[in-house]
Order: sequence, then C-alpha cells, then structure tokens
Amino acid sequence: MNKFIVSPSPHTYTDESVPKLMYGVIISLLPALAVSVWFFGIGMIVVTSVSIASCILFEYLIQRYMMKVKPSHLDGSALITGLLLAFCLPANIPFWMVMIGALAAVGIGKMTFGGLGNNIFNPALVGRVFLFISFPVAMTAWPEAGQWMQYTDAVTGATPLGMMKEGLAFKTVGEIMPEVPSFLHLLSGKMMGSSGEVSALALLVGMLYMMYRKIISWHIPVSILATVFVFTGVLWLANPDRFADPLFHLLTGGLMLGAIFMATDYVTSPMTHKGMIIYGVGIGVVTVLIRTFGAYPEGVQFAILIFNGFTPLINKFVKPKRFGKEVSRG
Amino acid sequence: MNLKTFSRGGVHPPEHKLSSGLAIEELPLPEVVVIPVSQHLGAPAKVIVDRGDQVKIGQVIAQSEGFVSTNIHSSVSGKVLKVDKFMDSSGYRKMAVQIQVEGEDWEETIDRTDDLVRNTVLKSEAIRKKILEAGIVGLGGATFPTHVKLMVPKGKIAEYLIINGVECEPYLTADHALMMQRTEEVFAGILVLMKGLGVEKAIVGIENNKPDAILKMKQVAKGSKVQVQGLKVKYPQGGEKQLVQALLKREVPSGGLPIDVGVVVFNVGTALAAYDAVNKNRPLIDRVVTVTGKSLEKPSNFLVRIGTPVSYLVEKAGGLPGDTAKVINGGPMMGKALSTLDVPVVKGSSGILLISEAEARRKEVLPCIRCTKCVTVCPMGLEPYLMMSLSEKARYERMESEKVLDCIECGSCSYTCPSSRPLLDYIRLGKAEVGKIMRARKAV
Repeated sequence: MNKFIVSPSPHTYTDESVPKLMYGVIISLLPALAVSVWFFGIGMIVVTSVSIASCILFEYLIQRYMMKVKPSHLDGSALITGLLLAFCLPANIPFWMVMIGALAAVGIGKMTFGGLGNNIFNPALVGRVFLFISFPVAMTAWPEAGQWMQYTDAVTGATPLGMMKEGLAFKTVGEIMPEVPSFLHLLSGKMMGSSGEVSALALLVGMLYMMYRKIISWHIPVSILATVFVFTGVLWLANPDRFADPLFHLLTGGLMLGAIFMATDYVTSPMTHKGMIIYGVGIGVVTVLIRTFGAYPEGVQFAILIFNGFTPLINKFVKPKRFGKEVSRG
Repeated sequence: MNLKTFSRGGVHPPEHKLSSGLAIEELPLPEVVVIPVSQHLGAPAKVIVDRGDQVKIGQVIAQSEGFVSTNIHSSVSGKVLKVDKFMDSSGYRKMAVQIQVEGEDWEETIDRTDDLVRNTVLKSEAIRKKILEAGIVGLGGATFPTHVKLMVPKGKIAEYLIINGVECEPYLTADHALMMQRTEEVFAGILVLMKGLGVEKAIVGIENNKPDAILKMKQVAKGSKVQVQGLKVKYPQGGEKQLVQALLKREVPSGGLPIDVGVVVFNVGTALAAYDAVNKNRPLIDRVVTVTGKSLEKPSNFLVRIGTPVSYLVEKAGGLPGDTAKVINGGPMMGKALSTLDVPVVKGSSGILLISEAEARRKEVLPCIRCTKCVTVCPMGLEPYLMMSLSEKARYERMESEKVLDCIECGSCSYTCPSSRPLLDYIRLGKAEVGKIMRARKAV
C-alpha cells in the first residue's frame, strides 16, 4: 500500500520566503549604495564592508557561543542591519568605531531580545545612537563629497540641517538658504551627511522597488513624509524667517532613509495598516519637533526609536476591522 | 465588465486548472461500491437494508434520522454484500453499505430521459420534501442538508438566493464543467431553489477566470430574475460570507449565517441536484469529481456514482503517478489529505488532487518576522500571527475575545507566510479548545 503524507490544509504555499524578502530589501538599497560610493569613494567602501562583516560575524558568534543555537547569520537580516548601520554613519568614521556600532546593533539591538523577530528597537538605529552618544565628534564630522581616495583624512563640513540649526541662532532662513546646497544637489545627494542618507532620489527608487515587490506597503513611508511636509509647511507659512520650507525638510538629513528603510523594518513596526499610519504620523511629528525646537539638528533616528517602543502598545489596541458585526449566538 | 470582489484580505494562488474545458466523462461502473451513511453534516442516516438484499439504483438504503440529516440512496443495482464499518475520507471507520454491482436496474419513478423540465408546479413545502427524500446536501463541500437551509427560521426573511459558481480553489473544475455542459438544468435548478425558498431574486457569482461560463449562464438567464455576476479572481471568494459581501456588500454577522442578512447560498452543483430531485424524481446518486494533478496522465472531470473507490477514479485518469506523495480530497487550500486511495467518493467530494513529493513537503519553520502578510490576507480581519502565539501559550480565553471562532479556515495565512509558520494548525487547535471552554461554560 502507498504511504501518503497526511497533514492539515493548506497543501500549497507561496514562493515568498524570508531570505527572498531580505534580499529584496538589499536590492532596493543598491541604488543608494551606488550613489554613496560615487560621492564618498573608498571611505564608503571601507565603512560598509566593515559594518556588514561585523554584523554577520557578531550574530554568528553570539548565536553559536552564547545562545548555543543554530546560527542564522546568513538569512540576510544581519546583512541588512550592517548595510543600514553603514548608511547612517559618516563615511570617514574609523573602522573600529564601526565595529563597536555593529556589536551594539546586533548584540544589544537584536540578540538580547532573542534574535530575529523579537527585538523591540531597530538594530541599526540602536548601533547608530550608541555611537552618537559614545563618539559625538566623530559622528558629526561629515566628509565633503567627491574625495574618492580619502578615508579618515577627508575634509569635513556641516550638513544642511546643521547649518540651518546653527545659523538660526543669529540669521533668518532667507539668509541661510543661499549657503546650503541647491535643490538639485539635495535631491541627487551632493551634500554632507551620513553616507547612505544623502541621495533622496536613489532612496525613493528603492522605495518604489520595494512597493512593486510588495515588500512594504505605502502606509509607513507616506504617512511619515506627508506629516513632515504638512507640519513643516504650516510652520513655514506661519513664519518663513524662522522655519525652513517643507521641501528642504523632506530632502535633508536622514528623513528619506529613516522613513523608507528604518521605520518600515517589519519586526519593529505595527501589524495593521491603521497602526502603521498612527506610527508614521507620530514619527513625522516628533522628527519635526526635534529638528525645529530640539537641541539636535536631526531627530528622525530618535523619533523612530521612540515609536518602535510604542509599537507593542499600538498592536495591542489598534485591531484590524473584523468581518461582520457581533450578534449573540442563540 | 464591472468586477466585484470581497473587500478584506484574500490571496491569489496559481490556478492550475488542468482539467478546465474538458467534457464531463461518465465513469464506467465499478464492481463494488461502499456507500457511507454519514455523508452530510448532522445525524447519520439509519440503514434499512440487510446483507443479501437486492437493491435498485435510486433506492433508499438509509433513512434520515432527525431534522438535520438526510436520506442515502443506492447508486447502483445489485446485492448488499455487507453492512459494516469502512474507512471513509476522514480516515476513520464509519458505518457504510457495501454493494456488489449487478446490471443497471433503476427505480421506475426516476425520469431518465434527457427532456428538460423547466417549470415546477410544486409549492415550497413539497419542494423541500422532495429534496429531503432525494438526499440533497450542499455539494460545494460543506454537505449541509439542503432541505434544512430552505426552511427560513422564524423572524428571518430570505430576500436573495445566491448561487456559488466561484470555484476559487486551484485545480478544481467540476462546477465550471457543470455550468458549461448542464447550463439549462443548472438554471432550472436555480428556479426550483428560488421557489423552494420563496424568493424573487437570485444572483449567480462566477469568477472571471471562467468567462465562457459567465457568458453561457447569462444567455440562459436572460429575461429572468436570475442575475449573473462576474467576480474578480480572489481566494477565498467561494466562502459564503465573502461571496455574500462581494455580491451584495452585506456582512454576515460574527457567529451568524447568511440568512441573518436575508441571503441563502447554494453551490451550482446543488442547484443541479435540486433540479434532478424535484423535476426528474432523481435522487443524489452521482456527482462530478475533478481528478487532477501535475503528474497525472489524464486530468479529468468524471461523473461518478457515489461510493465508487477513489483508486478507481485515479486508475481511469491514467493511474497513480510515481511521484505522488499526497492525495487530497478537495482543493489544495481547504481539501483534506487522504491516507489511502481505498475510500469511497461521497456527496461532498469535489475533487481528487495528487501532489508530488516536492510540493507536498512543508518548508522549515522560521521565526515570525512580523511582516504583516497574514493580517493583510485574512478575509475575516483576524490576526493569525497573534492567534498562533496565543495558541502556543494556551491562552484560549484571549483567543476567544480575539474572535478565533470567526476563522473560516481558508488557509490564506499559512499559504502566505514567508516563514512557513503553521498558523492555521495552531488556530484550529485554539478553535477546538475555545469550543470546549464555551460548551463547559454553557453546561454550568
């Protein structure tokens, strides 16, 4: 008699898999990576390689020797954490600092909570904020674009957001704007900033690819960007001398990178579309509050981490609309 | 064409309708049939024949026991070999009548001509009686006795009859074949069911991957009160609640039935069976079964007598392919795996699907990465990832408040999970436990 497999339905499955999704995200990060290598040359290559290699290595070591489980360091998630960490560091940061950041990202950000799927906070941002607090000088020295062969010895300057924050102490927006890069440069990425965050255009291409592949939905990035646009727009209309225009806010700093690649991290963002919009609006509001009223020129990293912390609460209270009204059963 | 569909969730698995467009082929009689007495939801019928009895085609061999039950007829003529327990598609041994096939001796009351009887003179009550006598049950797979569904409960009003021609399960083509080749009879059956139910309006829902069936049904329904509606292809559109919502924008309440929103839903196969029963005096003794699979030599739509062994169907479709690892009774999304081919075709058998080793194996289960895909595809607006984790932790009370009993077990969550997590397995476990808790609460 034939022996057949007996298992409950369904008996067919989608071709989609975690590695496929992860590598889809990696593909969508490639345009931004290419632009950054073009602008920052050898520094970008060193920082990115060290970051990726360290994240994968630390994940392997922690799983193998501390957690004593089968290592899953090649499932693509450590690679993404490494890429994203590199993207939010200056391209001239010493490699050993990158390694410390990677250890904080994978160790504290991910493995402490039990590994993939269990972490509360975005690992790459945990690494970035750890470095930001530990090495404030190195983390705010931004290399100028176009120095292909310079690494830690690159000439540095201020980011457009930094220029805006410092300038506003004694100047109006109208007086500062001629000093910051033109709109076209802000869009293409020819400005100072973290290595992977500079090119809004390349990041938007990545977003469209992820949406096309249905890796992410529009809810998180669009609600963040729209909130920032509307909020800064209202401020700008109220006082154009004191507040920069909304387009400036959209195209500068880590907003695009954060909205498209950090806030959309599956594990740390809400489970329902309604929840995603609450989360996105919250991130947008806090980002603008920090940028315009806070001590730091950029706030998107803190905003995302804060709302990562709210995500379990959002998941608990924001439910999908159930099918059908309730009736009491006879 | 204005394409409607249900609003929440859904997936689109590859269709693989290998036997689409093939003519219905009448299967030669097997030597022996095994007819279970419980082929419907509700109480098993009571056997009224004995070993050694001669039976005719269409003769009642087991009688309805109670309100939710129905008659069972002999699908062949011959001698009763045994009244005993036989394994059925559930994998359990259940009471059945085994009959040795001898000749083709039909009950005289059955109208076996091909003449189309379009008009039904009978009134609602008489129609229900005939449907009960003929043993008609829902042929979409749920096998709920049809005469019970035709009785509108006190306080409810039936406004629409909905005919389910969606056939959203991949591979299956039996309903499609019926709509193409028995169009007139299916339509006449719809009129019978409308009369039995006492409604003025009927809608036939057909997915757009069967444009020929939509066209044919529209032609035959022209000028009548039966509307034919094309639907966008999306699984599980054939689910009652999804179909009602797609066609009428009415949501069946949680824990309720379509009649709560003025609707009764029947499958196209049930419409044909109702026609046979009421207008031709012919009880439910056969049905169309799709036999299919990628490695199968001759995927087919067979007209099969109830009780025919599944092995016989597979043999007539070219024999069991060497790579077969799983045999499914029904479609790949909701069908049940069979442990052996040695079980009979019953009223609820819509298809036999053979799956290869490569397709049948479940993939390695990875951690949940909270990608939200299961929440997005759930047609009932539930959160499968949460249900699974609650079920693992045995938090059944919370599962109850999260509405686990609303789950229709369509399998969209497990299908779509990129981590291959057995979401529906755990949800089923939770449903069973919640059911126990609720019964215990009622008993107190």
